[in-house]
Amino acid sequence: MIAYILRRLVQAILILLGVSIVTYALLYMLPADPARQIAGRSATAETVANIREQLGLNLPFYEQYLRYLGNLLTGDFGRSYLQKTEVGELIAARLPATLLLMAGAIFCELLFGLTAGAIGAIKRNTPLDRGLMVASFVGVSAPQFVVGILMLYLFAVVLGWFPIGGYGTFAHLVLPSVSMGFLGAGWYSRMMRSSMLDVLRQDYVRTARAKGLGRARVFFVHAFPNALLPIIAMIGIDIGMFMSGIVVVESVFGWPGIGQLAWQAIQRVDIPIIMGVTLVSACAIVLGNLLADLVAPFIDPRIKLR
Amino acid sequence: MFSKALKGVALAALIAGAGMTTAHNAAAGEGNITVTYKDDVSTLDPAIGYDWQNWSMIKSLFDGLMDYEPGTTTLKPDLATGYTVSDDGLTYTFTLRKGVKFHNGREFKASDVKYTLERVVNPKTQSPGAGFFETIKGFAEESAGETESLSGVEVVDDYTVKFTLSQPDAAFLHKMALNFAHIVPKEEVEKWGQDFGKHPVGTGAFALEDWTLGQHLIFKANPDYHIDGIPKLDTITVEVGQEPVVALLRLQRGEVDIAGDGIPPAKFLEVMNDPEYKDLVVSGEQLHTGYITLNTNIPPFDNVKVRQAVNMAVNKDRIVRVINGRAVPANQPLPPLMPGYNTDYKGYAFDPEKAKSLLAEAGFADGVETTLFVANTDPQPRIAQAIQQDLSAIGMKVEIKSLAQANVIAAGGEADQAPMIWSGGMAWIADFPDPSNFYGPILGCGGAVPGGWNWSWYCNEELDAEASKADALADPSQADTRIDMWRDIFTKVMADAPWVPVFNEQRYTIRSPRLVADDAILVDPVHIPVHYDYIAVK
Repeated sequence: MIAYILRRLVQAILILLGVSIVTYALLYMLPADPARQIAGRSATAETVANIREQLGLNLPFYEQYLRYLGNLLTGDFGRSYLQKTEVGELIAARLPATLLLMAGAIFCELLFGLTAGAIGAIKRNTPLDRGLMVASFVGVSAPQFVVGILMLYLFAVVLGWFPIGGYGTFAHLVLPSVSMGFLGAGWYSRMMRSSMLDVLRQDYVRTARAKGLGRARVFFVHAFPNALLPIIAMIGIDIGMFMSGIVVVESVFGWPGIGQLAWQAIQRVDIPIIMGVTLVSACAIVLGNLLADLVAPFIDPRIKLR
Repeated sequence: MFSKALKGVALAALIAGAGMTTAHNAAAGEGNITVTYKDDVSTLDPAIGYDWQNWSMIKSLFDGLMDYEPGTTTLKPDLATGYTVSDDGLTYTFTLRKGVKFHNGREFKASDVKYTLERVVNPKTQSPGAGFFETIKGFAEESAGETESLSGVEVVDDYTVKFTLSQPDAAFLHKMALNFAHIVPKEEVEKWGQDFGKHPVGTGAFALEDWTLGQHLIFKANPDYHIDGIPKLDTITVEVGQEPVVALLRLQRGEVDIAGDGIPPAKFLEVMNDPEYKDLVVSGEQLHTGYITLNTNIPPFDNVKVRQAVNMAVNKDRIVRVINGRAVPANQPLPPLMPGYNTDYKGYAFDPEKAKSLLAEAGFADGVETTLFVANTDPQPRIAQAIQQDLSAIGMKVEIKSLAQANVIAAGGEADQAPMIWSGGMAWIADFPDPSNFYGPILGCGGAVPGGWNWSWYCNEELDAEASKADALADPSQADTRIDMWRDIFTKVMADAPWVPVFNEQRYTIRSPRLVADDAILVDPVHIPVHYDYIAVK
């Protein structure tokens, strides 16, 4: 077990190193010149040259990268070119909002996905089942910005039930969480339905029914927990999907998380922020996957880590 | 019984106390407004901040020796009470206002002026505005890193400061009104270091009270502000991370007072046609020209006839319609609001036939291919398509390259990269209302350098010489002669046609009904989007 975790952690570090090299190289190749960007339109050539030197932008690529990596090891993500603030500080200020939104989204996708999936399995091949599966198909295919904007328009602008974007109260959290959870809910309902159908065909379920247990008890006590197993393992992997979703959803709802930060930085080619957010997201994805794998044997003793 | 009476007294005292604080605040202003923006506010350090979003906020936090009459482009002394200029135009002596206090309570003195300018020019500060002060004596030495002091700024006494210039500079007073010359207190800069932009301390009408990264900033009225009755508000809340469409919806619901990013293009007609909202929109001119640069280094634009042909081929009225009429067609580099604008000049009239024959004269009767660079944010690519169609009508085949703004700017700064650039989204908005600012960096030889902003790479040494001559006329009595010279320079530029001036964008500010201010304050040409100090709420 310990050896397994260590091996996975070494893998994780290698992955992060790879991500950092690739991202850094891609950003390095961009034709935008950071020194000129910082210097602005009225700067003299000397000012630009001076800034380039102070930031080490005149060094060869590998030296720049090693310098960045060295700073990173001391926890220094560098300073934003345009916001002139420590990137670490910017990310730290926005991370709680993103984590809150993720928690809300996971809650929504599980609530909607599991409910719809279980109902679909129990009421198999009824119009209710088909309706739910069509809805889940929509959930899987609809782009998040469309879902987000439609919900914002309907529930916040037309009906006025929720605030029009922003952050701070529980009411602010609802619409973005649902928008973000909608996609996952689509997946989960389909997975839950098939997983539940599998379990319902198992011998022990038939035995339980034969013993005379009520339908509800069999479904919720015997079948449901077993059908849940493959899905729990998915939540960790979901974090990766959320990392791409937050960029869209946070921008639509004006949610002050790292997705919005990334979006602003990409539009303005603010390289230190793009690097920082990419690395933090990569960390989250790697840790999410690791967590999913580590948790699996506890949920299902049939799985062994090697 | 006794204790009850005591409570009553205590309560009365409390109420009286509360009454007194309200009375005190009333002098500094009342009420709060909410302003929204999509992007985070970058920095509030006056030496560094250089985008249209933080420009006006910095102006409300800090003051310079000079300023403008609110809502106009007329210069007036601000932290100075007056100034004298020597006959040769090389010495400016300012007398400073007494009793002005920084937000930390310390009095503003002449040494702060010297410190501020030395800080801006010092290469370690990385100020994008350092170059504005190149006419101050000692600039070259300090910017080369040889010294940390600026010999041309001299503290005569606590309330007098003397500037010595190395050459006459007619725009010098305008430069003293730039944010880059707004006065900062040394002790606060040294305390916060690189984070001074997050903890700004100035002498301005507002002080920064709270900044929650990624969420909001709160500005609080400065009760000691040196102009009586200003500011009129108690607080300003700036919320960031709000999409312009969302901001507009919230404004219509009464949650927002000013949509900082303006009316989104897609919503513009809807708002302007809505009787309920159209009165909330104020429009005004700004010091802006949108133009196409024609790179004089790259064929076919090295031929003046081709450049003139393009000038005649572009249908500017149609482009104005593309952006819902939010601009007026332009025929010269200077915007109409700028001194030196030539009202008699008619420019190149729209005439595709004549353009075609000019192109034929230049040897391109069978047409020619070229590339147009454009920023990739709406509506710029749509404008580029309109230009593409206009030019195809005279036989020019134009390929559009739509890139992130930073990449277009980088391509423009290389001599051989971009044959044509549509300047939209990156266009020149004047730093100060003086024609010289519309020449040197974008049309003069000095701007035609790698990384410069003269994307036409137009360099006419005769005109450069005339420009220097005009700017040497620093004496106020020569102001009219100087403006005439500048008018002449820009008319001559148009004969060489390095640009196609397309339009002058108008500003539209939408505000909530409870916000009261003169229209001129809401579309102030210097404070964008609004002059915060002079706004009040009902």
